[in-house]
Amino acid sequence: MTRQMTGAQMVIQALKDQGVDVVFGYPGGAVLPIYDEIFQQNDIRHILVRHEQGATHAAEGYARSTGKPGVVLVTSGPGATNAVTGMTDALMDSIPMIVLTGQVPTFMIGTDAFQEADTVGITRPCSKHNWLVKDTDKLAETIHQAFHVATSGRPGPVLVDIPKDVQFATGTYNAPRKANLGHYQPQVKGDIAAITAMVEAIEQAERPIFYTGGGVINSGTGACQLLRELVDGTGFPITSTLMGLGAYPASGKNWLGMLGMHGTYEANLAMHGCDLMINIGARFDDRITGRIEDFSPNSKKIHIDIDASSINKVIQVDLPILGDVGHVLEDVLKIWKSRGRKTKSDAIAKWWGQVNEWQAVKCLTYENSDKVIKPQYALQRLQALTEGMDRYITTEVGQHQMWAAQFLGFEDPHRWMTSGGLGTMGYGLPASVGVQIAHPDSLVINVAGEASWLMNMQEMGTAAQYRLPVKQFIMNNERLGMVRQWQELLHGERYSHTWSEALPDFVKLAEAFGGKGIRCSDPADLDDAIREMIAYDGPVVFDCRIEKHENCFPMIPSGKPHNEMLMGNDSTEGVIQSGGAVLV
Amino acid sequence: MSALSLKKGASRKSAYDLKNPLGDLVETHTIAILVDNEAGVLARVIGLFAGRGYNIESLTVAEVDHTGHLSRITIVTTGTPAVIEQIKAQVGRIVPVHEVHDLTVQGPSVERELAMLKVSGKGVDRVEAMRLADIFRASVVDTTLESFVFEITGTPDKIDAFVDLMRPLGLTEIARTGVAAMLRGA
Ligand SMILES: Cc1ncc(C[n+]2csc(CCOP(=O)(O)OP(=O)(O)O)c2C)c(N)n1
Ligand SMILES: [Mg+2]
Repeated sequence: MTRQMTGAQMVIQALKDQGVDVVFGYPGGAVLPIYDEIFQQNDIRHILVRHEQGATHAAEGYARSTGKPGVVLVTSGPGATNAVTGMTDALMDSIPMIVLTGQVPTFMIGTDAFQEADTVGITRPCSKHNWLVKDTDKLAETIHQAFHVATSGRPGPVLVDIPKDVQFATGTYNAPRKANLGHYQPQVKGDIAAITAMVEAIEQAERPIFYTGGGVINSGTGACQLLRELVDGTGFPITSTLMGLGAYPASGKNWLGMLGMHGTYEANLAMHGCDLMINIGARFDDRITGRIEDFSPNSKKIHIDIDASSINKVIQVDLPILGDVGHVLEDVLKIWKSRGRKTKSDAIAKWWGQVNEWQAVKCLTYENSDKVIKPQYALQRLQALTEGMDRYITTEVGQHQMWAAQFLGFEDPHRWMTSGGLGTMGYGLPASVGVQIAHPDSLVINVAGEASWLMNMQEMGTAAQYRLPVKQFIMNNERLGMVRQWQELLHGERYSHTWSEALPDFVKLAEAFGGKGIRCSDPADLDDAIREMIAYDGPVVFDCRIEKHENCFPMIPSGKPHNEMLMGNDSTEGVIQSGGAVLV
Repeated sequence: MSALSLKKGASRKSAYDLKNPLGDLVETHTIAILVDNEAGVLARVIGLFAGRGYNIESLTVAEVDHTGHLSRITIVTTGTPAVIEQIKAQVGRIVPVHEVHDLTVQGPSVERELAMLKVSGKGVDRVEAMRLADIFRASVVDTTLESFVFEITGTPDKIDAFVDLMRPLGLTEIARTGVAAMLRGA
């Protein structure tokens, strides 16, 4: 279909043709023609956020909970610069996102016009790719390319900058199937020789472990299914990064819990002591590896990734497999089955014996109290009272985020949205808005810290306007808890600016936004309060007053290897000396 | 297997001492990159080098296919073998990049650079400059009674040598293109 239409009409048509049903945005002068078109149609729903950063995180929440790309529409200048944090967040966590920005008219570009910013220049390092469209005839094709780039290969954010005169001018619209998508076609099938070598390694392994990441989830539910089949078939233990939670069910018998800086004892020691590490869609992040030199010193390492630049970036591997997780696992299973589903079962049983000993340490044990709500207890109760429900969890960033990863269980992919790579405080509330838009009848809970939550609390207005029953479960320790923990461990307990002072009354705040406020500080009242939160049909802010000085353990201090983990009951005096203190 | 030791307390080493697991062996590589000649493409490539802390020793770029709008970027860079591999992988995932070739690995290759040198002087210096230019097969592309502009083509080393010789003879200005390179053979 080729027809004549204005650039603004093309934007709407292209979004429709790409199957978009919702856009998160905020208007302004440079996108007025597009907003005028939005006004005159009903196919695409526009969600008016309260800040452009909120739009980007909402789009991320939408994308991560549906597997579809999130779409953002903002104006030029400050609209675009406000989107930068969310784009960087999406880049780090490989979230498909299309950001459409208005720009001053082409003939004014370069004149420091009102609300002009070099948007493609500013977002070049925080997008997978971006385009400035100067010709209406190229607009539709560029938007189709943008969807292609955002969603293929390693997903990520892209940006299309559209000057206002291009929105007004008339041009020829090209449907997606007619669009030239360019040469960008990442390889999805893995090399069969390498996959066969991986199967041989599986057959020979005596102390194997699967280490999986967000790439499995990005590859789709099919890939998660194949992963489950492979893990259960081989009987190997599996751990995952923060980003990969839910690809393998937390109730699965081979599950060791999350690994890394605040991962479980068993997961980290199994990583340290394994003889075969199979990394599927993870990237050897520094939160995972700890000290590089001592990272899993005696293992053969296999790495499946769709991004060639992730392979051998931090850790040199023995067997790289470039390709899409789903495609590769399909071939792995086919070949492994055709060779008779072999593993060294005696050795694997012995390995499990060792792993079970580590599990018996019960590294997540904490000292509970009947006077004050312990954060771990709050999350255990939240888990128990929402078990089996159609539930989605988002988080902010800090201790509460790590406790949520440790104490909540995820049975399925797309149920857990958290800012991993960038660690963006302020992510969780807008993300919960995006998730609830995509899943209007599900239970959506943002496990938050009081400090993070304040960073984008304006999005309560969005929740109220669209009657989104998002539950803001604020673990209020009146501290920038994670930073306070580091100050305790690294900086001689000098708590420089890590008090959350002058906090608002969260209950009144909830009410001011038209939601419900709940406060709870007594462990005995907690269950009823959580039930009340779940039952309420509308946005809730839950001010959960928790212990103020709890530290998050286990912890592998920066610059330490996996087997030098701190546990809850260890003395933490002088744990990190200057060498480690320089690391983040 | 034996239980792993769980040492507590501080360690003397930090990850920053271990930046180069492969050692400090720095190599120089010439990398040829074929890109769509679109607005901002050079910024993407050099922005990647700046953002990730890679070196650029020399850079040349020009459109080589006017119908297909493809440009060829030639970058001479230095790094450990692991860093060189990262550079190629990182460049390779930039969307408008079509091909990345490591001419140093795929070699042997020929490398050439063009330079122009302005040498001002009179008397014996002027005669000597002319004599040396002849030896280096540099040609005179502009002349006044008190100056020459020489044009010289060759490897960067050859140009360096010529520049050094011209310096005491009144060298006032240099313009160099950076390296263009190509694999030998068919
Ligand atoms: C935007 C941003 N600024 C600063 C930080 C550094 N930071 C990491 S965690 C944290 C404290 C978070 O406090 P809170 O939200 O109350 O969570 P808690 O750790 O207390 O659970 C800070 C300041 C960050 N991650 N993001
Ligand atoms: Mg806090």
